[in-house]
Amino acid sequence: MKRYSLSNLILVLGLFFIYLPMVILVIYSFNESRLVTVWGGWSVKWYVGLLDNTQLMGAVMRSLEVAFYTAIAAVALGTMAAFVLTRIPRFRGRTMFGGLVTAPLVMPEVITGLSLLLLFVAMAQLVGWPAQRGLVTIWIAHTTFCSAYVAVVVMARLRELDLSIEEAAMDLGARPWKVFFLITVPMIAPSLAAGGMLSFALSLDDLVLASFVSGPGATTLPMEIFSAVRLGVKPEINAVASLILLVVSIATFIAWYMTRRADRRRQKAMQEAMEDATLDVAGPSGRPTMLPPPAHS
Amino acid sequence: MSRPTLNFGRRLVIGVPFVWLVLFFLLPFIIVLKISFSEAAVAIPPYTEVFGYVEQKLQIVINLGNYIFLSEDELYLAAYLGSLKVAFVSTLACLLIGYPMAYAIARARKDLQTVLLLLIMMPTWTAILIRVYAWMGILSSNGILNELLLGLGLIDEPLRILNTELAVYIGVVYSYLPFMVLPLYANLVKHDASLLEAASDLGARDLTSFWKITVPLSKNGIIAGCMLVFIPVVGEFVIPELLGGPETLMIGKVLWQEFFNNRDWPVAASLAVLMLAILLVPIILFNRNQAKELEGKL
Repeated sequence: MKRYSLSNLILVLGLFFIYLPMVILVIYSFNESRLVTVWGGWSVKWYVGLLDNTQLMGAVMRSLEVAFYTAIAAVALGTMAAFVLTRIPRFRGRTMFGGLVTAPLVMPEVITGLSLLLLFVAMAQLVGWPAQRGLVTIWIAHTTFCSAYVAVVVMARLRELDLSIEEAAMDLGARPWKVFFLITVPMIAPSLAAGGMLSFALSLDDLVLASFVSGPGATTLPMEIFSAVRLGVKPEINAVASLILLVVSIATFIAWYMTRRADRRRQKAMQEAMEDATLDVAGPSGRPTMLPPPAHS
Repeated sequence: MSRPTLNFGRRLVIGVPFVWLVLFFLLPFIIVLKISFSEAAVAIPPYTEVFGYVEQKLQIVINLGNYIFLSEDELYLAAYLGSLKVAFVSTLACLLIGYPMAYAIARARKDLQTVLLLLIMMPTWTAILIRVYAWMGILSSNGILNELLLGLGLIDEPLRILNTELAVYIGVVYSYLPFMVLPLYANLVKHDASLLEAASDLGARDLTSFWKITVPLSKNGIIAGCMLVFIPVVGEFVIPELLGGPETLMIGKVLWQEFFNNRDWPVAASLAVLMLAILLVPIILFNRNQAKELEGKL
């Protein structure tokens, strides 16, 4: 019992450790004073000032664009990979396939970034494409590593799905594609949304990969922030960073909420199905109207 | 009749992600390996060709110069050792802090668990750049921490924490802690409580059953968490760059400088090859662990 309360204490302290710096950052982004450590009263002037910073706003738009397309491509690619790894047990190269899907999760970004850049350079020499590096090459880099995250998220969901529903549809003569889009996709929709949100956030955040594979004129928001941050703490950057924190937290929250709602619905449906089953056994009259509500609703 | 379409569909659904990953993840490493054997040159791109056709014969010029150069300069060895040390110590620190956190979450009430998980997950979605930046404002010599300590009269002059190794450790543990907690939680929450009850019925004390049952059962979670921290930290660039000082040598930072500042692509490529060689064993360990988790549930 003692260890249990000790671990609770560490959990609370750990969460403080994780959130305190971010809270301080957000508070200081409302600081009136230009001196970052002197509190000069509340103000939103740094946020208002951002709107006039065309260079920064351009970077924001570029980053959002890349993040949007990355999310779409990563969900498509990651879902395919997850489907292969959970539904096709045997084919040539499966071990390698599995390795290729999970390795981007841990690969240091400097290695991935450098190697992708060298690939793009070699491809430009050989086939003339990409003639210039820019948003497209950043999109390719982001899609590659985000699809690994999507694959992990979707795989977790695919694994716990009841296979018999898909099998039933197949037995009734539905084509595999039809089964996938009419049965599987609706059931895994929350994790697809979560994977998309995650990809969006990761793409929006990435500095290292983008720095390597970007080209002239394709400066993304993290690259812009990084070059400013190198010179020290600035109130404008506090404001941008707080806004990013806000956007990412909203994305995380939505993804979390959707998966949770889906989980609850499933649990409820399962509970009801089980209650129905016991009632059927108990008596032929079916479901009485005065049934107590399920415990978890 | 449906057989060929199924095969075609199957091939397509395997082929698209497979080709993408081979093209944009595997092939690049081979190119890195190739360029690590070339020489830096004043050209576009700035390196010499390894393969060439001279008089209709394939000519391969392998140049080990980069590797010899790396082995002769102590800076690079120090950077590798520095990275491994930082990664090792911070992985251990993350495990020591993260295990109790994951344990507490796994033992919490169900509805509380989802909220706590959200709180742990949120930072993993946020840029390391921004979270590290937050620490710059806290740790700098006129930062919040020093102001606070000075105000309380605990110190007489500001401590120098930013741009030291200590700041790097703080930044790394801070940034990677959630990656330790999440896989550990996923493992710990699956444990069967009846095992612990049985142990206590048979007279085992809490601490004994913790070490003899909970820890061994969570082996896969520990491996996954440690690898998720250790491997990326070895190549970490942002944290040593922003929080570390000139004496902080880490290989990710050195690689970045070779590439962006010295524009020596072949040396940067050989640094990447050596880093990958060191990380190969941990990465394979991680992949096998993931595969085992996957097969176990199939």
